[in-house]
Amino acid sequence: MTRFIRQRKKNKVIPGFALSMGITLAMLSCIVLIPLLSVILSLSGTTFAEFLATITDKQVLVAYRVSFQCSLIAALINCFFGVLLAWILVRYRFPGRRILDGFIELPFALPTSVAGIALTTLYSDSGWIGRIFAHIGIKISYTLIGITIALIFIGIPFVVRSVQPVLEKLDRQYEEAAMILGASQSKTFFKVVFPEILPAMLTGFGLAFARGLGEYGSVVFIAGNIPYKTQITPLIIISKLEQFNYDGATSIALTMIIFSFVILFSLNILQARVNKVTKV
Amino acid sequence: MKKPDVKSFKTGLLLGLTLILSMLVFSGCGASQTSSTPQEGTDDAVQAKAPVEITNVSYDPTRELYVAYNEIFQAHWKKETGQDVTIVQSHGGSGSQARSVLEGNEADVVTLALAPDVSSLEAAGLIEPGWLNEFDKNSSPYTSTIVFLVRKDNPKDLNDWDDIVKPGIEIITPNPKTSGGAQWNFLAAWAFAKNLYQGDETKTQQFLADLYANVTVLDSGARGSTTTFVENKQGDVLLAWENEAYLSLKEHPGEYEIVTPSISILAQPSVAVVDEVAKSRGTEEVAKAYLSYLYSDEAQRLVGKNFYRPSNPTILKEFASTFNLTLPLVTIDDDFGGWPAAKAKFFADGAIFDQIYKQ
Amino acid sequence: MKQKLVSSLLIILGAVFIAVMLIVPLCTVLAYALRQGWETFASAIRDPYAIKALRLTLLAAVVTVALNTVFGVFSSWAISKFRFKGRQFLTTLIDIPFAISPVIAGLVFVLVFGRIGWAYSFLQAHHLKVVFAVPGIILATIFVTLPFVSRELIPLMQAQGNEEEEAAALMGAGGFKIYRKITLPHIKWGLLYGIILCTARAMGEFGAVSVVSGHLRGKTNTLPLHIEILFNEFHLTAAFAVSSILVVIAIMILILRNIVEYKGKKAGSEDVR
Repeated sequence: MTRFIRQRKKNKVIPGFALSMGITLAMLSCIVLIPLLSVILSLSGTTFAEFLATITDKQVLVAYRVSFQCSLIAALINCFFGVLLAWILVRYRFPGRRILDGFIELPFALPTSVAGIALTTLYSDSGWIGRIFAHIGIKISYTLIGITIALIFIGIPFVVRSVQPVLEKLDRQYEEAAMILGASQSKTFFKVVFPEILPAMLTGFGLAFARGLGEYGSVVFIAGNIPYKTQITPLIIISKLEQFNYDGATSIALTMIIFSFVILFSLNILQARVNKVTKV
Repeated sequence: MKKPDVKSFKTGLLLGLTLILSMLVFSGCGASQTSSTPQEGTDDAVQAKAPVEITNVSYDPTRELYVAYNEIFQAHWKKETGQDVTIVQSHGGSGSQARSVLEGNEADVVTLALAPDVSSLEAAGLIEPGWLNEFDKNSSPYTSTIVFLVRKDNPKDLNDWDDIVKPGIEIITPNPKTSGGAQWNFLAAWAFAKNLYQGDETKTQQFLADLYANVTVLDSGARGSTTTFVENKQGDVLLAWENEAYLSLKEHPGEYEIVTPSISILAQPSVAVVDEVAKSRGTEEVAKAYLSYLYSDEAQRLVGKNFYRPSNPTILKEFASTFNLTLPLVTIDDDFGGWPAAKAKFFADGAIFDQIYKQ
Repeated sequence: MKQKLVSSLLIILGAVFIAVMLIVPLCTVLAYALRQGWETFASAIRDPYAIKALRLTLLAAVVTVALNTVFGVFSSWAISKFRFKGRQFLTTLIDIPFAISPVIAGLVFVLVFGRIGWAYSFLQAHHLKVVFAVPGIILATIFVTLPFVSRELIPLMQAQGNEEEEAAALMGAGGFKIYRKITLPHIKWGLLYGIILCTARAMGEFGAVSVVSGHLRGKTNTLPLHIEILFNEFHLTAAFAVSSILVVIAIMILILRNIVEYKGKKAGSEDVR
């Protein structure tokens, strides 16, 4: 507490730090910290060897890989399309723009299981889209591709909605200046616009990626759930719980939480660096 | 400078806490309006004939059965005691439902898909030992079995368990590790193979390995598997509970057929009074009556109409045109030495089911 | 000319992506919902249990959004306007609810307030119920959607910089005045996005809520849980019909947002003039 306050002195100009920090910490502790610490508390009956054995079981390791691989690819694809969508929504005026804009939150509003069922139907080899791919011999539902598609679906709003407000606030003067100075459109984008939206994009990427790691409802229908092939980590947690193995379930859950924390933490640090560089 | 900062930091902390607490209180009040009214009279409910409310935590596709059953039980209870009873229903996966009761979901009775789910509540002290014999037929008022659902006219000619393990056949079945009900599927196949190989366990295990090698989608629950097979047209055969197979036929008439294999298993859903909750709420009597009335002729016929097999043999015969009553059924107690043994042998972590996939 | 080509190309690419990833799945839902005709659809959404579930979902969404907005406003202020040790750590802690599997998000509350949790005996002694009752549902929803508003605001406020606020503070303006007069105009659209996202997610949340709900029909069933039960009851059509309620609400909120935003921006540009 005193440390926070000492830090506060360095930038004492703007008021309200102590109050807002107090509210933030109180709510964060009640809603996130204390419940999460109970997970660790509930593991107190488990020895470290047991914990290690649970989280390094071969089936679990394969599941980590499936989860990681699919969320990473999905988050990367979302980065690309997310920035693209934010760009066209902010910069271009075209018929149907508002409608397009309105659809972005859809993945959040649909209950994940409904989204999962709909996507599975759509991409199975008898579905509207899956049929087209079945002709060229690509199976989507019940494969890793299917999992990735579901994760793209649930992750896209994160990137779009992170980048969009920053783009809207971005001063066009610099771009116009660059254009006048003779820079090409793509060069202007990558040299002037991109550095500005990069922090927001990283945020979106991190959130989409982390959400993908933990996603269950929409993935479980489209994944084939075959052990060692298309089983995701949250499914393993469920199967442990189903056997009333709370320790096993929380062990794996804790591992996943630590993973996500590390990823998000490094992204946040990276983002702060980028911010500093662009601000200089 | 320092003093006011500490003070406003504390104010902030307090404000945050107050917000969360007031939210809890606010929503708690909103909730108690709906829940406390019927419960007020539970302590001396029977004498005062005040209305009583019980909660039945059940598993997935039993809702229609219990909606219908609740009506006849309400009428019956009113006639017997003059008391009004309301029944709150809860449905979900059998295992997760059992877990929610264990974690504090206050159920007066549970009606779950398999005995171990109820036993877990016994182990947690919620249900008194001996529940299995509290009601007739191992406390299972209705049963079912495992059958094959195939596409119309059975194009791949799948008639028995050894047909579906042939290479190239695609099977859809849920994962027994995430769906308790799917453990019956596994055990039914095991019973067939054990008969076939006259008890040779290595060969039996290989048979099951072949079977699961043919499984192209291993959904997390029975309903997921049905959707995969019925809506998304995956696979050649779905291993399903008989009652669920009939529900699929009802939803898609003329598209599917039920095939009964040469041998299957008697799937016995279990019912029990949750003693700890019923005692504290004073609902023991009505909870007990609720479950025992499931064995009445009227209820048994209702059970049959909802595609479960009535456990009363006379009434079961009335449904001979629906169910294949000549199908030999093994039981968990006689052929697998009871649930604890079967669980440990087949479904625990590292047990036979895991070994099959490790190969 | 070239610029025009690039812009149309980008628009087409974006539109195709939205169509394939978002609109076609939505059409699938609607196609299912209306598969057995209007009658089945209407009776599914008129079911009293569906209406009760809808009411609970809305209650949870309103409380959640209110609390998360307060949290978002204060936390983004603390994080983006000040430098202090552990700032990245705090930011990451706020992000954590996104990353946690919904199942675990529900389980953490059961591990605190449930029969196996450490707070259970206290709650029991005071006849309080948190999990398997409405407060638990709301708590789980808040947990899952906690980061939305602050996550939307932090990058925006960081991109904005501190100069204007510092200047105002030096001129002697108080904290709330600075916020209202300087910060808020810059971030209002971001705040709105955050609130909308939070609302949408709060209404659609299934996993975490399903763990703490107990699925009591008419009492602790939210709309997504009701949908799940219908689905498991082999009422696929009804399940999709009820989910179309959620879609309609979402679309209504989005239209509302568009109107507010449009009017606001128009007013804003007139101000400048």
